[in-house]
Amino acid sequence: MKAKIYVTLKRGIHDPQGHAIHQSLATLGFEAINEVRLGKFVEVDIEEHDQEKAEATVKNMCDKLLANPVIENYRYELFSS
Amino acid sequence: MNVGVISFPGSNCDRDCHFVCNDILKQSSRLIWHQETSLKNIDLVILPGGFSYGDYLRTGAIARFSPIMDSIIEFASHGGLVLGICNGFQILLEVGLLPGAMLRNTHLSFICENVSIKVENADTPFTNQFSVDQILNIPIAHAEGNYYADSTTLSTLHEHGQIVFRYCSGNGTLTNESNPNGSLDHIAGICNQTRNVLGMMPHPERSAEAVLGSTDGILLFNSVLNTFEKSES
Repeated sequence: MKAKIYVTLKRGIHDPQGHAIHQSLATLGFEAINEVRLGKFVEVDIEEHDQEKAEATVKNMCDKLLANPVIENYRYELFSS
Repeated sequence: MNVGVISFPGSNCDRDCHFVCNDILKQSSRLIWHQETSLKNIDLVILPGGFSYGDYLRTGAIARFSPIMDSIIEFASHGGLVLGICNGFQILLEVGLLPGAMLRNTHLSFICENVSIKVENADTPFTNQFSVDQILNIPIAHAEGNYYADSTTLSTLHEHGQIVFRYCSGNGTLTNESNPNGSLDHIAGICNQTRNVLGMMPHPERSAEAVLGSTDGILLFNSVLNTFEKSES
């Protein structure tokens, strides 16, 4: 299965990169923007066909490595590859 | 004193730390490759600065799973002295030996300059040769030194005297201008509750000789040596 994993900074944590992108977009004329938050996208191809097992694996890898629970949240989508 | 300086792929201050311990402090120091699994006979572990694993994913995130890390966690849990400088501090946060996390510097740039920090706690194995409120002139060089912790963690840090160094102005005042990276509460270095693990963003090894423009950093290494000698006598 394939997992698409999105890692984002928690609400309330200052995101200087998102802020800089926001300012740059405003300079380009995109003025109707409330906020920009920058995150990470990770795609993982897992040798597993069972949805439940794949999900458990993805959660485990997010908790251990892909996200830092002090500052980040994650969510994921699973697809059959 | 036997010092072990851990070399990760991408470490670039390992030899500087080794030089300070070996050539200035005149102690036995060896570089330990991250693939090793045992510390053997070591009294101080240094996790040096640099860009371990290219800072991929998050700074320190991949280095924390290096084979040597299990023995460092074990060593620290028995009171062994562990010093993390810059990227070493980031690794200590990722591995959970110190609380909190690092964010990108507020102004996003990589900052390489001398700053003033002041000593908040001179009663640790790493700072006993300093005095409280002593102001140090010391270099920083990082893009992710913006320390963050939630409010509960911050209170705990204060309560247990775990904040060891804070960024300040030349006369010791905590101003926004003197906080180079936006770090929470001006934090430049913290220790664990048992005070045997210290993480700091500034580089004491780069301010350990007069030729480098400051000798303030050598006092940190002298403190560790003093701690070691006392424990031996």
